[in-house]
Amino acid sequence: MTIFTEQESKTLLDKVIKLSKADECTATLEGSIDGNVRFARNSVSTSGIISDCELAVQVAFGKRVGTATINKFDDASLERVVRRAEELAKLAPENPEFMPAIAKQTYKPTSTFVQSTADITPEYRAQVSADCIAPCKNDKLTAAGFFSDGQRFSAIANSKGNFGYQKYTVADFTCTVRTDDGKGSGWVARNVADVKQFDAKSEIQIAIEKAKRSSEAKALEPGKYTVVLEPAASAGLISFMMFGFDARRADEGRSFLTKKGGGNKVGEKVFDDKVTLYADPADANAAVLPWDEDGLPRERTAIVTKGTVDYLQYSRFWAKKQGKKAIGQPGNLIMLGGDKSTMDLVKSTKKGVLVTRTWYIRMVDPQTVLLTGLTRDGTFYIENGEIKYPIKNFRFNESPVIMLNNVDELGKPVRVADDESPFVMMIPPMKLREFTFTSLSDAV
Amino acid sequence: MQRRDFLRMGGAGMGALMLPSYGRAVAADVLSTKIDVALKKKYADVALNTARKNGASYCDVRIGRYLRQFVITREDRVENVVNTESMGTGIRVIANGTWGFAATSDFSEDGIAKAAAQAVAIAKANSKFQGEPVKLAPVKGVGEVSWATPIVKNSMEVPLKEKVDLLMEVNGQAMKAGADYIRSILFLVNEQKYFASTDGSYIDQDVHRIWAPVEVTAIDKASGKFRTRDGLSAPMGMGYEYLDAKPAGKIKLPGGAITYSTSYDMVEDAVEAAKQARAKLKARSVKPGRYDLVLDPSHLWLTIHESVGHPTELDRVLGYEANYAGTSFATLDKWQSKSFKWGSDKVNIVADKVQPYSLGAVGFDDEGVKTKSWDLIKNGVLVNYQAIRDQVHIIGEKESQGCCYADSWSSVQFQRMANVSLQPGKDKLSVDEMISKVENGIYIVGDGSFSIDQQRYNAQFGGQLFYEIKNGKITEQIEDVAYQIRTPEFWNACSAVCDQSDYRLSGSFFDGKGQPGQVSAVSHGSSTARFDGINVINTARSLG
Repeated sequence: MTIFTEQESKTLLDKVIKLSKADECTATLEGSIDGNVRFARNSVSTSGIISDCELAVQVAFGKRVGTATINKFDDASLERVVRRAEELAKLAPENPEFMPAIAKQTYKPTSTFVQSTADITPEYRAQVSADCIAPCKNDKLTAAGFFSDGQRFSAIANSKGNFGYQKYTVADFTCTVRTDDGKGSGWVARNVADVKQFDAKSEIQIAIEKAKRSSEAKALEPGKYTVVLEPAASAGLISFMMFGFDARRADEGRSFLTKKGGGNKVGEKVFDDKVTLYADPADANAAVLPWDEDGLPRERTAIVTKGTVDYLQYSRFWAKKQGKKAIGQPGNLIMLGGDKSTMDLVKSTKKGVLVTRTWYIRMVDPQTVLLTGLTRDGTFYIENGEIKYPIKNFRFNESPVIMLNNVDELGKPVRVADDESPFVMMIPPMKLREFTFTSLSDAV
Repeated sequence: MQRRDFLRMGGAGMGALMLPSYGRAVAADVLSTKIDVALKKKYADVALNTARKNGASYCDVRIGRYLRQFVITREDRVENVVNTESMGTGIRVIANGTWGFAATSDFSEDGIAKAAAQAVAIAKANSKFQGEPVKLAPVKGVGEVSWATPIVKNSMEVPLKEKVDLLMEVNGQAMKAGADYIRSILFLVNEQKYFASTDGSYIDQDVHRIWAPVEVTAIDKASGKFRTRDGLSAPMGMGYEYLDAKPAGKIKLPGGAITYSTSYDMVEDAVEAAKQARAKLKARSVKPGRYDLVLDPSHLWLTIHESVGHPTELDRVLGYEANYAGTSFATLDKWQSKSFKWGSDKVNIVADKVQPYSLGAVGFDDEGVKTKSWDLIKNGVLVNYQAIRDQVHIIGEKESQGCCYADSWSSVQFQRMANVSLQPGKDKLSVDEMISKVENGIYIVGDGSFSIDQQRYNAQFGGQLFYEIKNGKITEQIEDVAYQIRTPEFWNACSAVCDQSDYRLSGSFFDGKGQPGQVSAVSHGSSTARFDGINVINTARSLG
């Protein structure tokens, strides 16, 4: 068994905490049943189910901390894992940045569990691959994709009486469709909490259409272009930028949010007026667990409002040092937008480039968050509101900070996660001015 | 690299309860223990017999114990010490001509028999969707054999205090030399892998790897500017002796930088990094344009990795990785033509799983194939790929090239990059001589930012240290350099490669591939090489 109920989790964690002779003890129990199917060359290549459950015990003697984990839960194993954490703590050097376990908290449950997603069967996964492969085979196209899902739970407790338990589900799908002559490639991605909102048969049509329309791409001169970025295309750039919102990095002088002469840029206008970012664990489309990795409750937190930076992420240690209140670290990122779809943004574009997806994004200069990467699987030239023709992929060198100062218009946010972002995002399609493409790529 | 896991390990902006993502956390003394080989053979036979009895035509069993230690420090303190152990059994079978795989952490006869039966059942279920049956290149059983990385000092047996003392010395000296911040880390790995198959092999291997990354930051508070310089060490297939700082391992480069071969002086490098990071704050910004590039092996390994290592992986060429890592420009027709000029005549690139001190070196791969070296590019022409047992027949080879790997007992083994290395030039040529012939160039040391497209055509690379070369002489350290290439043009612009005396290895601990993702460690060797007329861009921007 790898999925425990709330009561079972509480009983087990209470037992663990009671076993500890350390000054304090924090225990986390996390379990999952994850399934996946992978296909390539119009055939299933691998599929599997992985069930796992792990108990992590962290104890402290003074400022010495030890952590141990185990995946067996009989009494002897529980005793062993606690003793092991204690041995490690006694051997560990003192951590001058040690923070004691948090006090008892109240968590507001969030809607992270959807039964239909937990009910996914191996047959369902096989059908997803069949639904993608069949239309491709009939159309001289080749599909390669990955569908993964999971039902999981997380339970936390500590020796100060804190306890939290919540279940959650995940489902993610990506598929690349290539024309058999290798000249066209299209892609689709969908991340959902509720698998009832997912239909492989209709999603695959997006990748098919992009594959067909992207054949025979023309070369455009690299340079600065107005771009329409689909949500998946900007998610990787914006999520990279969020590392710069660490308060300590900014205060230490090594973030784009560092102020000249010292300090940070909280309260300063750093982005265009149209940019508003916040985190909300209870967001209806992007709900996440109501606590962070320290067990602090997550709250709705304004991060950027109309271009002004409201928030930096303080660890408990850094908050204490700087005299700030530590609040739960965000688990998601919501960006406000409008009502328009990607295609609506295309319609209002005189000349520009539509980007389906960005790829192999890497930091070039953390000072300015200059990132490089490439477009992939569907890049098109827009003229007078219409997609005119496919164009060859570009390499870009662009900073999301500059990009979010050049906003023309934002569309309706959609959910993006997994491969495209390390956290769940609600992110709109964007029309941006002067996006910097620096070279052409022959890759299809 | 799995960036998220790496950042998590590094503790960047993360919470206090940091769980190891590599297995169970254990006490340090557990890291120096082993499992009895006779017991492993007994359990392997349980799996092989169960698989056969259930109808498998082939079965291989991997009993793996993966031990890792991470010591993570910044400035004057230890941020984390994590010891992890992950142990279990992965069983792969062919039934009805189809692969099946199951893995279990239950190390008992019953648990292993159940997993073997499950693997056969999955193979039979999947066979309904199978196009062509799996075709395996033959492997002759080798009986009971063993292989071990030829280490001098087992990292896992070195007391934690010694490691912490070293890192504190590294950090302290760097701070004294002008660093504002430093992070130094030891990543130590021991893979104890037992492989058995119905071909009649029982192979016990003990693989060690070490990596000691450093990142030094220098800050100019008044201007709000900051610069980092990463360590110039290489992850190696060695024991703790890599950190012995023997003078023989030290190489003084033109321009003043110091790099290392098979012995690393971590303190010295951190001190140099502090000085060079400060110099980077004031260095002149590069003028974009075409330059002749002189690339040190500490830099060139990553360019080889991305622009030769990946596109010559046969599974990518065939489309198995199309949805994630991508495909390859090096299509079968280019190989079949026997005349596809990947590079100039100077470019000879060899794949291997045997090079001493390399991350890829093992006696046998993860499907029991004895390892070897083979040519990928000869005198500039593409002559071969990297392929494993179930795909090598596609390129007309009679035997697998021995580059199959799984990053855990619980992962399915598949084709992973072998060491891929540029061979040294045949004529005597030192780095000084090479630079003396460059009129307008940039000398690049250390790896930096890297990005390449999904077919491995267009790439962009940064570095750690950049030196301007004018009329055969290094003039000054410069900044904001990145170069952009189209793979075949770049390698065809290779006009000289230094000789064997300059040959060194570097590599990656975290090469990512597959869905779900797996990582592998791989080395790339080269001597310093020259590339003419490469497009250099300036990466400086202003946020206003």
